[in-house]
Amino acid sequence: MTGDNPARGPSGRRDAWREKREAAIRRQPSVLRGDVLYLQHLTVSFDGFKALDDLTLHVDPGELLCVIGPNGAGKTTMMDVVTGKTRPDEGTVWFGNEINLLALSEPEIVQVGIGRKFQKPTVFDFLTVFENLELALAGEKAFWHTVFARLRPRQRERIDEVLETTGLASQRDGQAGTLAHGQKQWLEIGMLLMQDPKLLLVDEPVAGMTPQETERTGELLLSLAGQHSVVVVEHDMEFVRAIANRVAVLHEGRVLAEGNMDAVQGDPRVIEVYLGA
Amino acid sequence: MAIAPRLPAVIADRASLVFLASLAALALAAPILNLAVPESSPLHLSSYAVGLIGKYLCYAMLAVAVDFIWGFCGILSLGHAAFFALGGYAMGMYLMRQIGPRGVYGHPILPDFMVFLNWTELPWFWYGFDQFWFALVMVALVPGALAFVFGWLAFRSRVTGVYLSIITQALTYALMLAFFRNDMGFGGNNGFTDFKDLLGFDLQSDATRSSLLVATAVALGASYWTCRAVLASRAGRVLRAIRDAESRTRFLGYRVDAYKLWVFVLSAVLAGVAGALYVPQVGIINPGEFEPINSIEVVIWVAVGGRGTLYGAAAGAVLVNYAKTYFTGALPELWLYALGAMFVGFTILLPHGLAGVLPRRSGGR
Repeated sequence: MTGDNPARGPSGRRDAWREKREAAIRRQPSVLRGDVLYLQHLTVSFDGFKALDDLTLHVDPGELLCVIGPNGAGKTTMMDVVTGKTRPDEGTVWFGNEINLLALSEPEIVQVGIGRKFQKPTVFDFLTVFENLELALAGEKAFWHTVFARLRPRQRERIDEVLETTGLASQRDGQAGTLAHGQKQWLEIGMLLMQDPKLLLVDEPVAGMTPQETERTGELLLSLAGQHSVVVVEHDMEFVRAIANRVAVLHEGRVLAEGNMDAVQGDPRVIEVYLGA
Repeated sequence: MAIAPRLPAVIADRASLVFLASLAALALAAPILNLAVPESSPLHLSSYAVGLIGKYLCYAMLAVAVDFIWGFCGILSLGHAAFFALGGYAMGMYLMRQIGPRGVYGHPILPDFMVFLNWTELPWFWYGFDQFWFALVMVALVPGALAFVFGWLAFRSRVTGVYLSIITQALTYALMLAFFRNDMGFGGNNGFTDFKDLLGFDLQSDATRSSLLVATAVALGASYWTCRAVLASRAGRVLRAIRDAESRTRFLGYRVDAYKLWVFVLSAVLAGVAGALYVPQVGIINPGEFEPINSIEVVIWVAVGGRGTLYGAAAGAVLVNYAKTYFTGALPELWLYALGAMFVGFTILLPHGLAGVLPRRSGGR
């Protein structure tokens, strides 16, 4: 915990988090390593309504990108396209230079290292926290394999490691359904981590969280940047200010502005459609 | 729990232990009370009762197969009686060939109904059914293959929920219409009956009946154990994950369609084996077994016993069928009302079925 004082207001909060943000940037590997996610000229229409309209965006390896925008700006649709849930009418999605995500099925996209955290926490309520993480383990996932699979010591260690990272070690054998809202979100982030993804897509991680939970979540996400690229879609501007280095603002299915937080905040178009509102 | 020293999961679970132990006790007691206790004794179990218990155990096995996919993977099949009947028909074909020249028409090879239809030779799909091992293979293979093809099409197209239930009803209805046709070569609306013996043992003898009861109990126990073993594995946790949050499971990288397909096939094979054990014990198989209502009744057994427990499903099957035997004997016109009332009553008052009344460990599922 940083012990920062909420009374200092938004800018105080941003200052208080500077160190963590910079640490996250330092961990960022060079652009030559890892895979860049390229979204190019994406268009998705639902019955004539353009959810995405010629959207172009990229995510560098190891960076933490925040995507903001009003309701209906296309944030969730963008995630749906990357994870294979929605197929675009036009445009391309490449992960690195070799992987065309539009050619892959949803499970295959997970296998190449893209994990998604949903808006509503959907952990498996009737399984324990440990079992939830076990199911999320990277590796062979075919039926006949899992019938006979036993956890290897290294996998067990990895689960315990993630339990520590997400602060859920004490809840290890409790049913996931009994967790508090914030804990469920962390468990879900933990489940993403189990898959060792190169890219994490995180949809509204702090919606409905208490201030303490929000802070803990911010620390968690920042600690992940570097080893993973992280895309956070969020409504909570306070939160975005605290954690973001680079921000993309979506509006009516396009990128309205992108860049570092301060530049984006000063952009008159952004102020008009979103921040000013 | 996950880290506890790994007993075989079935033994670690007390309810399973009680279930398997009572099944073993029944398989021991019924033959002894029937064969070794003299008829004059009040403890004597009639041959009629032995046949009835054997029949209930077949139903229990069918219920376990349905509960395995419904209770743990959310696949509500309203067509499982079709797999049961197909297994029964495969066994019936063997029993028909066993009759040999002892049929009414005395033809050395052709079953009576073929002679009656003026057929002169055995259709190709009847070849091999004079061999018991071949019939056994078919008992598993035919329902399994049908479930594979059906499931592959349905699950790959992501047909779920009520839509899946409806097409399983259509499946069993279509099979019923097909089997009613004389041209199909399965005896039309009369089906198969007048069986004489199985592996040379007279089906009417008490010893054979008791052996069939024991075989059914063993098969039920083995099915139960197989389902439990799958459910205790990581695959079992994936199945429950699919039941509770299907698309989430897909996003974890699991091929949900493949999981559903394999458990559906396994469940269909178990249903087929149950049907194969059922036919020699009741002495008849006809297209009525494919009636859509039969599959729906199975779901009621499971709901009454307690969905998602396996042992509850087995108990529900025995209990409801005992009630059915009683009602259809004593008050036949009231049976369907009683069945409906039971279903409504249990849904409202005991949503977890009979198994829900038992004291459960916290986190029971």
